[in-house]
Amino acid sequence: MTVAESERAQVGVPSGALLSLRNIDKSFGAIQVLRGVNLDAYPGQVTALVGDNGAGKSTLIKGIAGIHAFDAGQYVFAGQPVSVHNPKQANALGIEVVYQDLALCDNLDIVHNMFLGREVTRNGLLDEATMESRAGETLKSLSVRTVKSLRQVVASLSGGQRQTVAIARAVLWNSRLVILDEPTAALGVAQTEQVLQLVRRLADNGLAVVLISHNMVDVLQVADNIAVLYLGQLVAQVPRQSVTQTQIVELITTGRSGNLGLKSNGTMAP
Amino acid sequence: MTAVAHTPTSSTPQQPVGLRGAGLDYLSRLRGGDVGSLPAVLGLVALITVFSILRPHTFTNSFNFANLINQGAAVIVIAMGLVFVLLLGEIDLSAGYAAGTCGGVTGIVMTRHDWPWWLSILTGLFTGVVIGTGIGLLVARLGIPSFVVTLAAFLGLQGVLLKELGEGGAVAYRNNIVNGIMNKNLPIWLGWTLFVVCVAGYALVSLRRLASRRASGLVSQDISVLWAKVLTLAILLGAATYYLSIERSRNPRITSIKGVPDVVPLLIILLVGLTFVLTRTPFGRHVYAVGGNSEAARRAGINVATVRLACFIICSTLAAVAGILLGSRDNGITPSSGGSSTLLYAVGAAVIGGTSLFGGKGRVIDAILGGLVVAVIDNGMGLLNRTSGVVFITTGCVLLVAASVDALSRKRAAATGRV
Repeated sequence: MTVAESERAQVGVPSGALLSLRNIDKSFGAIQVLRGVNLDAYPGQVTALVGDNGAGKSTLIKGIAGIHAFDAGQYVFAGQPVSVHNPKQANALGIEVVYQDLALCDNLDIVHNMFLGREVTRNGLLDEATMESRAGETLKSLSVRTVKSLRQVVASLSGGQRQTVAIARAVLWNSRLVILDEPTAALGVAQTEQVLQLVRRLADNGLAVVLISHNMVDVLQVADNIAVLYLGQLVAQVPRQSVTQTQIVELITTGRSGNLGLKSNGTMAP
Repeated sequence: MTAVAHTPTSSTPQQPVGLRGAGLDYLSRLRGGDVGSLPAVLGLVALITVFSILRPHTFTNSFNFANLINQGAAVIVIAMGLVFVLLLGEIDLSAGYAAGTCGGVTGIVMTRHDWPWWLSILTGLFTGVVIGTGIGLLVARLGIPSFVVTLAAFLGLQGVLLKELGEGGAVAYRNNIVNGIMNKNLPIWLGWTLFVVCVAGYALVSLRRLASRRASGLVSQDISVLWAKVLTLAILLGAATYYLSIERSRNPRITSIKGVPDVVPLLIILLVGLTFVLTRTPFGRHVYAVGGNSEAARRAGINVATVRLACFIICSTLAAVAGILLGSRDNGITPSSGGSSTLLYAVGAAVIGGTSLFGGKGRVIDAILGGLVVAVIDNGMGLLNRTSGVVFITTGCVLLVAASVDALSRKRAAATGRV
């Protein structure tokens, strides 16, 4: 048995995990999308969530973000069992999601976008100076040096820069867990590199990061541990060093690789 | 690994480089497709030049200049309301007849029921709020396209106006205070006081913003740019105030007509107030956000339906203000008040001024600049003894040019990555 499997065998929540999901089930009508999913995300680590189309990745993160609640299972955040039924509750816990289709307004500048819906006001009026300073500090803390002016409209930014703004917006709010849905899907090589460095930096700053990606190169480059979903089951969550790309691809496509993942009879490892 | 370091842009913020830098910056924005109000300003200058050459005595005299402001005021106020709706990427076709209806309600309670003038005006404004709420609820809650809802309101309100005035009827405005808004002028000294207040106020607000940005250590524009702007404003407003302070009565011994028209301070208050709402409050920011990307606004926790509703209420309420101005100018409301070309002139004014029909881009001052362009065409063509056919054709062409500029600048902006 591998380390991962023996860990999985204990139903208990590992100490140190910021987010722990245990035996999560979720169905839409007759279709069971998630079956007994266990997932852990650690502060300071990038947890990559991989799986083929339809494996349940989006459903899983939407459940974490409170967009639709899980049917059954334990949702443990910072050691406390919590119930998250709407996005506001997730935000209050410090969970932020950066969605695949960027939620930015092209006609507003970087500062406006970062504070959209949560504007800083003084006497009921926008406090532009404070917002601009805080936006600048946040980008600086993420070592973002690529934007020329915080007052340029988002439409004038490259795809990578836009993704950077979206990520910076997520970390602006004392967030503890940032979930990134395919942040590099539409980017070129240099920009992907740029965003991956940013993802790494988020984790180095002590945040727990969950990264969803189809790109194995990205995943292997940036992740600390890798969780594989296969047809609604989380077949393995393993440290990055213990697996090869071939093993990951096998897990994604067949649900098992050697003694990792599903047993030959189709059931989960003990 | 070093992609960040490789990117050509540097981390140093742009330094303020004085007038030249500001000019270059503006030029680069123009080239990038961000034309703002420039076409309206250029158009205004060109039109005034042409009409001044063709009709040196009638067009340029100060009587006509004051007249032009009163002619354009109602369209400008409707256009100010339309800016809010256009910012969302919506349209309000009913604003013209909303103006007529609200003006009619004001006249009926004031003249036929002898209500005090201020209560009558409040009733008219409240009618505007009700109309806007109805339209807004249908658009924002039910999700009917605003084009259809406001087209229905356009027809419906036309009928309401006819019913309330009676077939072929009209309602007179007999209150001197209300009629004075569009027919009286400020005393000369008050006109100059207004001038000083405007210029000093603009300078003060700009200086305070500059100081607060400097205090926070943020990039700020050079002080020379600020003074240049204040000086330009002072020259333009000063010239206008001087011109309007000249005696313009044909026969000064009988009646003296001079001074800034009473409606000007009202327009200035609306301009400053509404600009303040759009640029300095969270609500204003949300209007731009909903117009730019309503899905992003929704995900950011903005109540999109409420923002939409509020904008339609603002639009119809400003239409009510315009309706009272129409009544004041003509000393009464007829079934055609706010009808025919009023609404289209107002939409034209907003678009000519630089407000985008596609949403997310526009300012309140666009309504004034565009409204002046429309008023100058209307007025100047009239003085050239052109028939209304020619006036309509010309205005239509100008609107087409303005919409083309909007579409072209958007294309250009998309190509160069600006909006």
